[in-house]
Amino acid sequence: MLRENIPAISKLVEPDRVHKAVYTDEQLFELEMERIHEKVWVYCGHETQVKNPGDFYTVQIGRQPMVMVRGADGKVNVLYNRCPHRGVMLCGDRHGNTGDAFRCSYHAWTFQLDGKLKNIPMMESGYKGTRWNRDNPDINMKPAARVENYRGFVFASLAEEGPSLVEFLGPGKIAFDDICDRAPEGEVEVVPTCFRVIQNSNWKIFLENQLDALHPSVTHQSTGRAARDVEVALEKKTGHAPLAYHMLSAFSTVTIDKWDNFQTINYPYGHCILTGYMGLRPQDPDTLAYEKTLVKAYGEKRKEEILTTNIHHVLLYPGLSVQSPLQQLRAVRPLGVNKTLTEIWHFRLKGAPEPIYRRALAYYNLVNSPATLINADDLENFWKAQTGLASDGGDWVSFARHYGRDITKKGVVETAEGMGTSEAPMRNQMKAWAEFMAKG
Amino acid sequence: MAKKLIRKAAKKPVAKKLATKKAVKRAAAPKAGSLATQHSVEQFLYRQAEILDAKRWQDYIDLFTADAVYWMPADPADKHWDGIPSIFAEDKNLMTVRMKRVLHPDAWSQRPLWGTNHVVGNVIVERESPNGDVVVRSRFHMMELRRDTVRHFAGSYRHELKKTPTGYRIKAQRVDMTNAQAAFEYVLQVWV
Repeated sequence: MLRENIPAISKLVEPDRVHKAVYTDEQLFELEMERIHEKVWVYCGHETQVKNPGDFYTVQIGRQPMVMVRGADGKVNVLYNRCPHRGVMLCGDRHGNTGDAFRCSYHAWTFQLDGKLKNIPMMESGYKGTRWNRDNPDINMKPAARVENYRGFVFASLAEEGPSLVEFLGPGKIAFDDICDRAPEGEVEVVPTCFRVIQNSNWKIFLENQLDALHPSVTHQSTGRAARDVEVALEKKTGHAPLAYHMLSAFSTVTIDKWDNFQTINYPYGHCILTGYMGLRPQDPDTLAYEKTLVKAYGEKRKEEILTTNIHHVLLYPGLSVQSPLQQLRAVRPLGVNKTLTEIWHFRLKGAPEPIYRRALAYYNLVNSPATLINADDLENFWKAQTGLASDGGDWVSFARHYGRDITKKGVVETAEGMGTSEAPMRNQMKAWAEFMAKG
Repeated sequence: MAKKLIRKAAKKPVAKKLATKKAVKRAAAPKAGSLATQHSVEQFLYRQAEILDAKRWQDYIDLFTADAVYWMPADPADKHWDGIPSIFAEDKNLMTVRMKRVLHPDAWSQRPLWGTNHVVGNVIVERESPNGDVVVRSRFHMMELRRDTVRHFAGSYRHELKKTPTGYRIKAQRVDMTNAQAAFEYVLQVWV
């Protein structure tokens, strides 16, 4: 790599603005993969995606094709999807069951589900006296350096050293606590549908947008208004409109000035929580029945704590956006400096009544499906941003909104009262970015 | 043609033989509705495609009955739209939201040049009830131009059509898009 051509990283990030190269420079992208995505904890998937031994799901960590697989011992392993012989990927499908071994389609080398070599055809006659013997660790599929599971959510890090998963997530782990605690049985199960949408933009643009409380009423006004029209008509006609209409109409009824009442709380490593509970606690019979199951499981006091947890989104840098009150998440897989894949999943709360799942499902279909009524306009913005940033019309991206007015306590940056649209999350993400990139 | 098909089927493994035989029999001697039904159903499907390509959204919605569902499953194995993730699962109210959205002047992603062209074919009347209601399968190929990008979508339709004094209305439309399982480069904004 021509490292000498990379713009000096320390000069790219200022407290209230960043240089456009951060989004457009291909060599910086390679460096980001090396120093951020292939080092920190990256979300691989939920353990219920691989229920039985041999079940696997392929996943991209930075530039590395990996495979998450349930081992014979029940443990979830994350391995490089690569045969040590000639480098061929062992899993060509996105997911499936590989039986009790991975078998290479090229020369039939087989590997156990923990990556250890099982057999090489005619190993004795072919490899006697060579470097390839069972004592050579390189003869196995290489595992991710570290794999950890937090309440069913599996992460891997390709670096031997670094903070533990819980240390890395810090207070951001509330994303998973909130999802799981809302389930009367304390855990969730993945719904085995993954919507995959490609964005023609840099991965950071998506992360910034997730916590941009200023954009919804501008970008999503068309859908908000359309949904409001139909919502009102339905209320008039039947006395009641399904909650799904409210989820959509809020994009226009919460006007631009009201978004300042939301708040973001920004943590080390770039993580952030956007508060602003989505009004998902109406007093309808379904919600009341659900609350009863929570009281039974946790008691009145704990139930109240769980249901008043104030979260809209949790962003776990550098690639996971969790919407815990609606039990769904989007995992970000950078494909190139201007191309990003999002993998979108949702979950069932174990022990919760069906209508509570239906509520999340409505949001998953309307907002997160490939026929989304919301993200279409975000994707349009992202593409425009990526294209505009490549121009010579200017060098900087501004994150100056409410700059200097945030409240910092022990490394945690909170937006001040009535300043929820502060660009603090973007500043915090770029601060983390600069720290990761400087470490080398 | 029929003889050729039967010869081909005979070479299939034994386990599949029975099902294949049935399919071949159906293909060789389809239990067709009348030619008049075939014709009017085809005309209906062609007109639906034309309305869609002409962006006559309200006319498109009006082709559906009051209790209709437009459904694009996320998985071809899915049997029923209710209670599972879908790419589209819309009643007329949600279809109206979609229409009003794309007609809003600030539907940003709808501003650029955008158009589609549907070709519908392989129309097979699966069932015709005594009351004239019809279940029909067909195939489509849609080319979309958005800004300077061309995309292709193809798959099959399954329409449940209700016969009314003013022509057919759609009680249910299922759209199995062959590329539904692939990653979407950008998204879909209106019905396919």
